[in-house]
Amino acid sequence: MNFIQERLLGGKNGMIGIAILAALIFIILPATLDLFRLNLVGKYLTYAFAAVSLVLLWGYGGILSLGQGVFFGLGGYAMAMFLKLEASDPESTKIQSTPGIPDFMDWNQLTELPWFWEPFSSFGFTTLAVILVPGIFAFIIGYSMFKRRVGGVYFAIITQIIALILTVLIVGQQGYTGGINGITDLKTLNGWDIRDDSSKYILYFVNAILLFGVIFLSRYVLTSKFGRLLLAMKDKEDRVRFSGYDVSNFKIFVFVLSAMIAAIGGAMFTLQVGFMSPSFVGIVPSIEMVIFAAVGGRMSLIGVVYGTLLVNFGKTMFSETFPEFWLFLMGGLFIAVVMYFPNGLAGLWDKHGYKLTNCIKNLQCVNVAKAFIDSKRKTKVDVAND
Amino acid sequence: MKSKFLLSKWRNVLGVALGVTMAANLNIATAAGANTTGLAVTDKEVTVGILHSLTGTMAISETGAQEAEKLAIKQINESGGILGRQIKIIQEDGASDWPTFAEKSRKLLVKDKVAAVFGCWTSASRKAALPVFEKENGLLYYPTFYEGLEQSKNVIYTGQEATQQILAGLDWVKKEKKAKTFYLIGSDYIWPRTSMKIARKHIEKVLGGKVVGEEYKPLGNTQFGSTINKIRLKKPDVIYAAVVGGSNVAWFKQLKAAGITSKKQTLLTISVTEDEVLGIGGENLEGFYSIMKYFQSQDNPNNKKFVKAFKEMWGDDSVIGDVTQAAYLGPWLWKAAVERAGSFDVDKVVAESEKGDIELKTAPEGYVKLHKNHHLWSKARVAKWKKDGQAEVVFTSDLIEPDPFPKGYQ
Repeated sequence: MNFIQERLLGGKNGMIGIAILAALIFIILPATLDLFRLNLVGKYLTYAFAAVSLVLLWGYGGILSLGQGVFFGLGGYAMAMFLKLEASDPESTKIQSTPGIPDFMDWNQLTELPWFWEPFSSFGFTTLAVILVPGIFAFIIGYSMFKRRVGGVYFAIITQIIALILTVLIVGQQGYTGGINGITDLKTLNGWDIRDDSSKYILYFVNAILLFGVIFLSRYVLTSKFGRLLLAMKDKEDRVRFSGYDVSNFKIFVFVLSAMIAAIGGAMFTLQVGFMSPSFVGIVPSIEMVIFAAVGGRMSLIGVVYGTLLVNFGKTMFSETFPEFWLFLMGGLFIAVVMYFPNGLAGLWDKHGYKLTNCIKNLQCVNVAKAFIDSKRKTKVDVAND
Repeated sequence: MKSKFLLSKWRNVLGVALGVTMAANLNIATAAGANTTGLAVTDKEVTVGILHSLTGTMAISETGAQEAEKLAIKQINESGGILGRQIKIIQEDGASDWPTFAEKSRKLLVKDKVAAVFGCWTSASRKAALPVFEKENGLLYYPTFYEGLEQSKNVIYTGQEATQQILAGLDWVKKEKKAKTFYLIGSDYIWPRTSMKIARKHIEKVLGGKVVGEEYKPLGNTQFGSTINKIRLKKPDVIYAAVVGGSNVAWFKQLKAAGITSKKQTLLTISVTEDEVLGIGGENLEGFYSIMKYFQSQDNPNNKKFVKAFKEMWGDDSVIGDVTQAAYLGPWLWKAAVERAGSFDVDKVVAESEKGDIELKTAPEGYVKLHKNHHLWSKARVAKWKKDGQAEVVFTSDLIEPDPFPKGYQ
């Protein structure tokens, strides 16, 4: 009980934060929004995985990655490959010159399925690949950088370049990847139609549960000894190294972990949106993910979820209401957040939220109110007595 | 103890609330279920959607299309609307971002219940939106010349598919310029690649010519030095180009700087319209040729009327490219099909459209007819660019049948 409360939920304060977020995601939003909007929220929440991964990596680890889109995208592509293979059975692709392969391969004169697509016809393999492919990729990048003590702004630039390279690669190899169109027209998951209304609800809740799982996992990691080491590394890397710790290993670990978390978001994105394209891999989405984290507060696992929701809601609402100049409003929002709440929404909460938290935590509201009423009554009585 | 109590209390609250939520959702779902055939049509009004990029890299190209669609809708409204109803527009911004196109399509179809959508520009945006239109049974009028290989029940393609645009132009250049060797260059994505595939087969098998180079550059590429060197080396009779977007500006400027001009070199492009010339500059392109189905300079009464109305609505300095004109056809084709069907119902409108005999005699490009396969019969035109950014039509083909899945070219 204590373990759960302290290590996963983050003590009483953390628990209240989580309860409020859970109420919002599991109850309030599904109850008040129609399916279309709820599906959008589901999409936003997949970005929240990437934002949470940045809390670990950037907020605590001090390692700014401008390439989280790479891992988000790899996870998403792995899932999309599975769904695409399922959608490309010989019956529904009989119009092609080679039936049974994805349509974009046929357009690019491929006559058989490339070898690296083959294993993706297995759902088990795909689930593993969603997590492991980005993990292994992150390990390779992390190992080659951190062992050479590449860090700070250089690391940020290199991750950004990797995002660019991967986009160019995906766009260029369109016979194998679907090119700039991406992998589209995904229909079923093991025969289960992912476009149905009911499946949209199910996917939304599965996604939300996974997100909470990831938040708990992250909190567990951050409250462990490793989490404290991360903070120490961020503040004074040399001292940690002189104390006998191999800093690079810790960095590799947190980088790989964050990659895997972002990748889960990517896979859930594909399932909910129904396609994957290079526009989620490149520089722009990667930087957007950093913005989500910055707006939410990069030290707060809960805050970044709100940050992601706020930015994306803003994007959707502004662009629907003011299709001509919504970008200016978004720009204004970012400037306002950075100027007035440099620690993001979480900073705002830390500053003023304790009043509310205290209230709920000790049920003080009731007590305070009672005390207040009592005192009033008492004075009344006192007055009467006089 | 206290915390345990608190937790279990939370659990109860959660449980109850979840139950309530599910019930509420069920209600929503059944209510929407009863209305799935209901479109946003009242006795006086019918709502349609316009979905183009107003922001981002594609905004320059897509602006003309949405302007033309608004013009057509305004004209239809002024002439009494459709089935006695005025058309109301809901506009959404695709923001040059393919998933946004899918999101906004769903919004237009599910929330706004629009009777038709006029929109999309790039193939990628159409591919992203297509599953939404098929799932929600919407109707999309897509204006861009594109690679073909597609025919959806829920889309009417008002631009040319690849064979319509390419073949006649190649025949012309072979005949007029005695061209034997071709150098193919395009941006690297599905449309140029498919177009070049068709072009290569036609050049090699039908025209008996030779392709001496084929090259693709990443989207947004601005370095054409190595390509230009190769062109100098191979000395092709014709450069056949499908470079798109901002790359075009660099491509033509660097060609000119390298001394490759129309005096010595024939260049035929399938990706330059009046809109692009605004950015490239007429002087960088003078004497080169474009193949399109429409040019602003076309001399016929329909077009004169159209150009005049367009400039009145959107300003004297606006130019009209091929896609803009194709976008203008969308609302008119929809009107014709709806009036024949006597209903806005998507299935009925599609059924009328699929009869293959809806004609537009008032089309600015001259005359078009809707084919059973959802594409338009249209003519291909070759035009020579002039310094002022306008083109002079030098060749007009016969009416060409659309063939989105060309046999022998795949």
